Amino acid sequence: MRLRAPEARRSNALHAGAWWLWALGLAVAASRTTNPLLLGLLVAVSGYVVAARRTDAPWARAYGAFVKLGLAVLLLRLVFSVLLGSPIPGSHVLVTLPEVPLPDWARGIRLGGRVTAEQLVFALYDGARLAALLICVGAANALANPARLLKSLPGALYEAGVAGVVAMTFAPTLVADVLRLRTARRLRGRSTGGVRAVLQVGLPVLEGALERSVAVAASMDARGFGRTAPVPAAVRRLTAVLTLGGLFAVVIGVYGLLTAGGTGGEAGIGYGLPCAAAGTALALAGLRLGGRRSVRTRYRPDRWGVRAWLVAGSGLLVAALVLALDSPALHPGVVPLEAPGLPLWPALAVLPGLLPAFVAPVPGQPAAPVRVPRNPVRASEKEAVG
Amino acid sequence: MIRFENVSVVYEGAGAPVLRGVDLTVPEGELVLLAGPSGVGKSTLLNAVCGLVPHFTGGTLRGRVTVDGRDTRTHRPRELADVVGTVGQDPSAHFVTDTVEDELAYGMESLGIEPQVMRRRVEETLDLLGLAELRDRPIATLSGGQRQRVAIGSVLTPHPRVLVLDEPTSALDPAAAEEVLAVLQRLVHDLGTTVLMAEHRLERVVQYADRVALLPAPGAPVVVGPPAEVMAHSPVYPPVVGLARLAGWEPVPLTVRDARRRAAPLRERLADSPVPVPVPAPFSAPVAAQGSGGGVPARGPLARLLRRNPASVPDAAPLLTVERLAVRRGRVEALRAVDLRVAPGETVALMGRNGAGKSTLLGALVGMVEPAGGTVRVHGLEPHRTAPKELIRHAGLVPQEPRDLLCSDTVAAECRAADADAGAAPGSCRELVSALLPDVADATHPRDLSEGQRLALALAVVLTARPPLLLLDEPTRGLDYAAKARLAGVLRGLAAEGHGIVLATHDVELAAELAHRVVILADGEVVADGPTADVVVSSPSFAPQVAKVLAPRPWLTVAQVEAAL
Repeated sequence: MRLRAPEARRSNALHAGAWWLWALGLAVAASRTTNPLLLGLLVAVSGYVVAARRTDAPWARAYGAFVKLGLAVLLLRLVFSVLLGSPIPGSHVLVTLPEVPLPDWARGIRLGGRVTAEQLVFALYDGARLAALLICVGAANALANPARLLKSLPGALYEAGVAGVVAMTFAPTLVADVLRLRTARRLRGRSTGGVRAVLQVGLPVLEGALERSVAVAASMDARGFGRTAPVPAAVRRLTAVLTLGGLFAVVIGVYGLLTAGGTGGEAGIGYGLPCAAAGTALALAGLRLGGRRSVRTRYRPDRWGVRAWLVAGSGLLVAALVLALDSPALHPGVVPLEAPGLPLWPALAVLPGLLPAFVAPVPGQPAAPVRVPRNPVRASEKEAVG
Repeated sequence: MIRFENVSVVYEGAGAPVLRGVDLTVPEGELVLLAGPSGVGKSTLLNAVCGLVPHFTGGTLRGRVTVDGRDTRTHRPRELADVVGTVGQDPSAHFVTDTVEDELAYGMESLGIEPQVMRRRVEETLDLLGLAELRDRPIATLSGGQRQRVAIGSVLTPHPRVLVLDEPTSALDPAAAEEVLAVLQRLVHDLGTTVLMAEHRLERVVQYADRVALLPAPGAPVVVGPPAEVMAHSPVYPPVVGLARLAGWEPVPLTVRDARRRAAPLRERLADSPVPVPVPAPFSAPVAAQGSGGGVPARGPLARLLRRNPASVPDAAPLLTVERLAVRRGRVEALRAVDLRVAPGETVALMGRNGAGKSTLLGALVGMVEPAGGTVRVHGLEPHRTAPKELIRHAGLVPQEPRDLLCSDTVAAECRAADADAGAAPGSCRELVSALLPDVADATHPRDLSEGQRLALALAVVLTARPPLLLLDEPTRGLDYAAKARLAGVLRGLAAEGHGIVLATHDVELAAELAHRVVILADGEVVADGPTADVVVSSPSFAPQVAKVLAPRPWLTVAQVEAAL
């Protein structure tokens, strides 16, 4: 009983960063394989966790949107492959499209022509990988409260974080504005579709958004946003020197590392690495010192507890295992065509990704009064989903 | 605590100053009500307290404003944030974060208050305002009253010594308004908070005020005094004061209770006179009983403009028939088995708490919401299957925010667009505007009109298509008493010409003055439907003040009593 996940409340809320690490782990694993069965398994794992632990908050609907986006990408990849051809050599010609003759300077580009089964399968695998990546990111979006993630930024970046939060709460009101103005158009007897309608609604919506942002800015100012603590001039100057110097050092270091492969040779690596490392350290120190200027404190920040370690660790474990178990089975061949098999060990390596569905706190019932549905079948469905 | 010394405010580009020579001192722990017609600079005065005027809005402020000894000239709004908490007219524009609890903590975070202290104060404030159930809710899902309470809570948590509120109850239903006012009362009594608030609906707030600061006209000096004294001569006053002036009670009672104790002789005098019908029922109109409302002057020009002959209208068929209407939003049943009939010339008031389904019902009547069951017939048409261009000739809706309806940048262009939309003869809309708003220039931008003028313009735009059924959603929000009286006159005139009118409103006084019938919605169902007097007199929250004073007989408005005396 003690091991069962508790009901989610603010005090035991899982750190948003943990969800992101978990999802990024799955995404890294997805990027290492083109095996459709393995990719399907990864998507299924992420989907199961989302279904088990998603709340009914607005951002939780992101998963569906990302799934659709993934499918669209997959479809687009196939269409491009059919239209533009592919360098994959293949012998199973499915259909031959009329080829558009292109002028000499466009050599190497083909429009239309032969479509082979091999090229389609290759495009399918490739598109599936992209789609799986997107869906994993969508899972993080659906599970982690984006506002809370931004709140975890360090103090010196607080202003940027608030800008992000305000922007996010803005999007839904913008949508509501569009709806309201479209109904207003209807009330005047105008049609609500067409390009003209969009243009005529667009301007008032932007106007409204601008007015609202001014109002929010006034409210934030009146509530003490941007109050600063008095900081001695020396500390301020030191902050500036540290931040600028650090960034400069990072730039030099990265230049060194990038040129190391070319003309710079060994010398590039020689000064590149230490420069980049020192620069990063200086810039971090600058950020930390800069945080002193802000007087602000944090209300109930998310704590990184055992459950957060388990969730983040499970995702990273999947990534590490798939990276370690690299085998030809992860990249089924397309020439010649063969049915992809499910490699046992990598498939088992994906399963730890299910852990969050058991350890993360369970979202509670919505606080809003839910009317009792009249249809009893519906009621049982609802329980199954919730 | 708050001190204005000879303060004048001029906005750039405006000729006359908004405020001129204001001297006002609000001592600690007092609740001061700022009253006055719209456009006299109430909001400007309130925003000057927290420094938003002039630091944020621009303009020039002369004189000196100090709060708790801090001069707003040298202190920016953020440096006053720990002494002054401000809630503007629109609480939605106030929120920075997305959940209730974060919103309550936001101000404290900015001030750098210790985490343990923040936690304690958030819990206290949740209890004080009755928000504990809502702590994790996204703000977007809250009702109007809940939002207003969250907005007040969010400025309370830093423990400001001064609270400044701009129309805190205007958008709320009567019960939610009581809730908010009870909270304010508690703050003043228990915590010694100084409160300065502006409100148009004096009948709701004047009895809570320690003193009233009246701005009688733009640029006029402030009159400050005990509520009873100021109300005796104020150009804006609640119905109970109107009754007192009529009956000659001195000093003026401000609460229904005080008025009742004085009203025994008046009740006796009225005991034998028959209660006149507040608004004549359609087509049985005893003209003498119309009272002193503005219906008569509005009738002439409007009737001509609308080319509607009052005598020819009375056909018995209802304009609007709603039968067992159901509307669903997702899983939620927004309306369930709603029946409604509106005859030509009849005015129906839809009442009920925020979120009861009033706006949804109006939306269904103009086809913006598709019914999930039941039927809606407007003149025999099904609204959601009718093209918008055709529908506006049968039913017109003035939305909650009349500005949404206006899309041009001058009044003249707006009128031309309305003529084109309705297929009416050029100039018809402008004639209506001239009848409703006698002194509005063609080149005025709709945004520069006052709330009342904007409402009149939107009403003219809707009437251009000459719909026999007129729907208004919350028309008196932000209107002062004068604008409300003008609106009532216009609507009465329209009803007399045979328009069916449905208005969704929280304003019990308006409903009492205008409506033949009141329909009360609760939780998406009709819980009461009957003649105004029958429905409202017995209800504690929907009864107008005059009815409460003169109960048990169904007197509803001051005008009725005046006609009977």
